[in-house]
Amino acid sequence: MINQNNIIETIKMIEEQSLDIRTITMGISLLDCADSDIDKSCEKIYEKITRYAKDLVKVGNDISKEYGIPIINKRISVTPISLLQSVSGGDCVKYAIALDKAAKTVGVDFIGGYSALVQKGITKGEQELIDSIPKALSVTDIVCSSVNIGSTKAGINMEAVKKMGEVIVESAFKTKDKACIGAAKLVVFCNAVEDNPFMAGAFHGISEPEVVINVGVSGPGVVRSAVKEAGKDKSMNEIAEIIKKTAFKITRMGQLVGSIASERLNVPFGIVDLSLAPTPAVGDSVAYILEEMGLEKCGGPGTTAALAMLNDAVKKGGVMASSSVGGLSGAFIPVSEDAGMIEAVKAGALNLEKLEAMTAVCSVGLDMIVVPGDTSSTTISGIIADEAAIGMVNSKTTAVRIIPAIGQNSDTLEFGGLLGSGPIMNVSKFSCDDMINRGGRIPAPMQSLKN
Amino acid sequence: MKAIISVVGKDRPGIMAMVSTECSKNDVNIVDVSQTVLQGMFTMIMICEINKNKEGFKDFVTHMEDEGLKEGLSIHVMHEDIFNAMHKI
Repeated sequence: MINQNNIIETIKMIEEQSLDIRTITMGISLLDCADSDIDKSCEKIYEKITRYAKDLVKVGNDISKEYGIPIINKRISVTPISLLQSVSGGDCVKYAIALDKAAKTVGVDFIGGYSALVQKGITKGEQELIDSIPKALSVTDIVCSSVNIGSTKAGINMEAVKKMGEVIVESAFKTKDKACIGAAKLVVFCNAVEDNPFMAGAFHGISEPEVVINVGVSGPGVVRSAVKEAGKDKSMNEIAEIIKKTAFKITRMGQLVGSIASERLNVPFGIVDLSLAPTPAVGDSVAYILEEMGLEKCGGPGTTAALAMLNDAVKKGGVMASSSVGGLSGAFIPVSEDAGMIEAVKAGALNLEKLEAMTAVCSVGLDMIVVPGDTSSTTISGIIADEAAIGMVNSKTTAVRIIPAIGQNSDTLEFGGLLGSGPIMNVSKFSCDDMINRGGRIPAPMQSLKN
Repeated sequence: MKAIISVVGKDRPGIMAMVSTECSKNDVNIVDVSQTVLQGMFTMIMICEINKNKEGFKDFVTHMEDEGLKEGLSIHVMHEDIFNAMHKI
């Protein structure tokens, strides 16, 4: 028999603390769609995606209704398109348009996989894809792009780092009438994972099966309430215990929803991503959890330690709740998507440098950060290289999703929806041009030599 | 299958009658009820046995939510598995 208090607790989590499933993401392999004729390739992609994902949105909505759990997004991730481009050649933007069309036909919120993995070197197809990203993101609405420029095993490809600085600036420029949204749909990774259900970085890795269902949960509001309820007298290890227990419950819900979705869609269940993903909704903020632990403002002294503890406790609690954990798994700190982070930036408590330190202890990186429109591409490349170095040395995923506010008059960029609104943050005025222009590679660190 | 119906709203006569009447009309068997009034707020949790297919259950969920809204009550019908998953190891 279920305990009445448990029932009330669950209902409160959903009703008052914004507990939800952030996304059910269907990963689809497009390797068999590769054709030497790009138009045929695009036709096959459209056909395959619309065939496999035709019931995804309906099943998501049904589960949401029957179980009373909001499922915010339904998404698709596909094989990195650079692999198909390598076979077909031609105008790569056609692929983006085909993906956009297919995703809209099945009614999902985002489709990811306009991607290239170039940590060690760039092939012709990958170069063509990277060159086409700004245009692809400006002519499509829900296509997301990602490029992996480094890994612990391969080091950092500084040629790609330089190029991605330019691509980010151009993507923002091409969408300057739409709050530079192009750059918000583009993420640069070090140690990208192949089963990530979250956007903009989701793609269906080549080691993945034909088709798979991955789930990302979200519950910062629930964790915050639990920490708040514990009061100020509890020690840090007691708080860690409370977070673990809460993370367990959240993840169990993700596991349940994922397994039902997989059964109904007749698609194997991949992983639950144990991530605390904030939303712009009041209270659903990772920064507020840190402040609830006893910080005056997120970004002040103690922030990195509090975040490290939170990130670890979430994983420890979640890992037992799921049969298979994967993806990014950790606390996210996207600035524009988190009301507490936005406040902290506006109050002057949180800056880019502190955020960089925080990314060393959590998932996933410098995320949804708006910088001044006159920031040079080499400065952005420098920021990418710094972030990639943290990921490379610590054997973890790091990412940069940065939006130069080109042609904007206000001091805040409004993206709307889950992307929220981002205050423009200061960037160091000191140049790194000469270093970025050297190109080449940063060799893989000693950590890569494990055999 | 079993489902949990939760009802929250300002206390007044007839809430339980309304909810149980709707259950009866929809062929939903009430197995267990617990109910309290906390500072004027009526809170009730019902465990029910529902013999419907997926579509029928979804219609019942929507119907109860709508009936709740009409009466100024927050009514939720949820599959019991969500509670089992979250609170049982």
